[in-house]
Amino acid sequence: MSAVKAKSNTQTSDDPAPSTPLIEFSKEQDLSAYQTMLTIRRFEEKAGQMYGMGLIGGFCHLYIGQEAVVVGMQMALKEGDQVITGYRDHGHMIACGLDPKGVMAELTGRAHGLSKGKGGSMHMFSKEKGFYGGHGIVGAQVPLGTGLAFANRYRGNDNVTLAYFGDGAANQGQVYESFNMAELWKLPVVYVIENNRYAMGTSSTRSSAETNLSRRGLSFKIPGEQVDGMDVRAVKAAADKAVAWCRAGKGPYILEMLTYRYRGHSMSDPAKYRTREEVDKVRTSHDPIDMVRQRVLDKKFAKEEDLKKIDASVRDLVNEAAEFATHDPEPDVSELFTDIYR
Amino acid sequence: MPTNILMPALSPTMEKGNLAKWLKKEGDAIKSGDIIAEIETDKATMEVEASDEGTLGKILVAEGTQDVAVNTPIAVILNDGENASSIKAEQPAASQKAAESAPPAAAKAEVPAPKADKTPAPQAPVVEAANDPDIPEGTEMVTMTMREALRDAMAEEMRRDGDVFVMGEEVAEYQGAYKVTQGLLQEFGDKRVIDTPITEHGFAGLGTGAALAGLKPIVEFMTFNFAMQAIDQIINSAAKTLYMSGGQMGCSIVFRGPNGAASRVAAQHSQDYASWYSNIPGLRVISPSTAADAKGLLKAAIRDPNPVIFLENEMLYGHSGQVPKLDDFVLPIGKAKIARAGKDVTIISWSNGMNYALKAADELAKDGIEAEVIDLRTLKPMDTDTIIASVKKTGRAVTVEEGWAQSGVGAEIAMRIMEHAFDYLDAPVARITGKEVPMPYAANLEKLALPSVAEVVEAAKSVCYR
Ligand SMILES: Cc1ncc(C[n+]2csc(CCOP(=O)(O)OP(=O)(O)O)c2C)c(N)n1
Ligand SMILES: [Mg+2]
Repeated sequence: MSAVKAKSNTQTSDDPAPSTPLIEFSKEQDLSAYQTMLTIRRFEEKAGQMYGMGLIGGFCHLYIGQEAVVVGMQMALKEGDQVITGYRDHGHMIACGLDPKGVMAELTGRAHGLSKGKGGSMHMFSKEKGFYGGHGIVGAQVPLGTGLAFANRYRGNDNVTLAYFGDGAANQGQVYESFNMAELWKLPVVYVIENNRYAMGTSSTRSSAETNLSRRGLSFKIPGEQVDGMDVRAVKAAADKAVAWCRAGKGPYILEMLTYRYRGHSMSDPAKYRTREEVDKVRTSHDPIDMVRQRVLDKKFAKEEDLKKIDASVRDLVNEAAEFATHDPEPDVSELFTDIYR
Repeated sequence: MPTNILMPALSPTMEKGNLAKWLKKEGDAIKSGDIIAEIETDKATMEVEASDEGTLGKILVAEGTQDVAVNTPIAVILNDGENASSIKAEQPAASQKAAESAPPAAAKAEVPAPKADKTPAPQAPVVEAANDPDIPEGTEMVTMTMREALRDAMAEEMRRDGDVFVMGEEVAEYQGAYKVTQGLLQEFGDKRVIDTPITEHGFAGLGTGAALAGLKPIVEFMTFNFAMQAIDQIINSAAKTLYMSGGQMGCSIVFRGPNGAASRVAAQHSQDYASWYSNIPGLRVISPSTAADAKGLLKAAIRDPNPVIFLENEMLYGHSGQVPKLDDFVLPIGKAKIARAGKDVTIISWSNGMNYALKAADELAKDGIEAEVIDLRTLKPMDTDTIIASVKKTGRAVTVEEGWAQSGVGAEIAMRIMEHAFDYLDAPVARITGKEVPMPYAANLEKLALPSVAEVVEAAKSVCYR
């Protein structure tokens, strides 16, 4: 099974419907996607390094390999739309436009972290940017995101909610409770399943009776499709379609993103459940960032030197964030008892 | 400037490891993400990925070296235009830079070091509840059931605030499994009075999400027994998000419904969750025993910006009481009430427990014991002041609850009395609780499993040494 390569939007296994055709990006789109994906990648690499130095503690789940998903999805959103996800959330925050300094300082548990150091890697939020977390319980963000969509419908606005979850989370009962209510009440929520093929050490083939997760909404009448989640153009095209569906009041939509995480599940992952070759194959042949880079060069959207400049500015941004997060003080002890009640 | 690669930690507790293998050699080009080495600890073998690009200039720690301390430079990466000679020239500066921006375990002084172990925790804030509002003289009192009082509270708040809505199983067309939402659908329509599928986990989460977005849901559980399916969303999402977001994002939501034993419905439909929810920081827990308190406190709960657990009791729905006819009768959360004044012994309870407590006080009066009966009304935050003031006067206390003894609310009350009024006690605090058995179905056994007036009387007498 080569999940990452699948290009078809199979509603039923024997009925391969064409996936949403991808639309070529303009120069601006390609360059902006490149820059944001690279920022996420460099940020995560730096977070991994800082974890290695003992500056970040606890669980820290890196998004490396999956960058095209969140960046492509975000390109379909407008002001007022909302995003919610699980614990693998750093990339989502950066894509939502949050300052990497605030994210990194939360990872190090410092006073100017997004949650004042009280949430950590898995729990960060920004009402201002429409980012609703950052949730540590597998699947919990699915009803919560459905509730955000419920609020949009209640208020009669045209905002759409993206509720991201993993292939492992897709087996949680509350996901199906949410699917049912979302379709019943026509709630504007796109369920974005980030199928990176593994839930910790369990491959989806070992955990899921139906591994085509785009079909998981069928009995609730929710349309779904599989998307090459390594190609930011394919993600954006599918996102546009799904978001438009929701905005038009037609109810929820499921996008199964076929993607891959390069790193361990969290920082301490012995990686015994897959081979090095499997990882390398995706990395060398289907890396979401390399693909954009190559395209940008082929189409002469930019020269090697221009890209080097972007690379350098991204590196500076991430280094500044790391520097900030290293030297920002820990939260004042007086914060222990604040923010429990309003 | 050349960049050092440091010995990484696999976990925050790792201090050293073995450099098992180099997968790149000096002179190799390195891309960010390349596996350059393998390190091992007693727990696992891990690959070291490069996070910088360039050329592997020099290996500083040879393959096979044991016990390499975390954060020791293990290799140097050369950037474009640098060569091995830059290493020599730059080496001290480079390692110094690494030490500055990335303090290794040994150089932790650079970083504001955790001082939590030496710093005492600050005092927990003291919650001061307001007193009940004065009821103006001549206010008309209306007799109504607790069921009606709850309904009126919801209806009034829904009229007042368009963001308030009710959802739950059978709350709309059926008018409520226990008829608490009677008439709401007719007045407010199906946009705001919503029948849900039988999906406790899902709709508790959906309600919480809507509350995070600023709406004010009232989520009815047909009974709290079924809220066990939803308890993850109530605790992990509703109660903790404000704290985990550093105060950015809270939720104003009420979870309400009947709690505790009804009658002859056996073990799975009879549990009292008062102690469960009152264990959780971030939640408020309210459990009234009278129609007036039910109305005033439910209105307060709906307005409160925090998640509130509102524990009702099926046995009390039909009880009538006097409710003041005021435009806006709201009671303070966190304030207990002296339901009956006395000087000899304090009996503390709430909700249906008040039935036993008040009847026992009647019995005790016949024997010349004047019991003071406190109705907690709110379990979290608990009104310690009212309890302590009473115990300082009586010197004796009995707690009454239908829930189980271990880690129960009575245990908590007794502890608070010990902390704040130990010197005033003339006898150990006694507690009357449900027996520690799943609720039996048989009428005689069910009766035995619950507290009784006789038990309360006996406990009160015994703390009075009578
Ligand atoms: C309810 C619950 N069960 C177990 C866990 C522990 N856990 C954390 S992540 C994870 C795997 C989830 O995998 P998936 O949904 O595929 O997301 P991914 O990590 O691949 O992004 C598990 C089992 C949890 N956090 N919550
Ligand atoms: Mg997964």
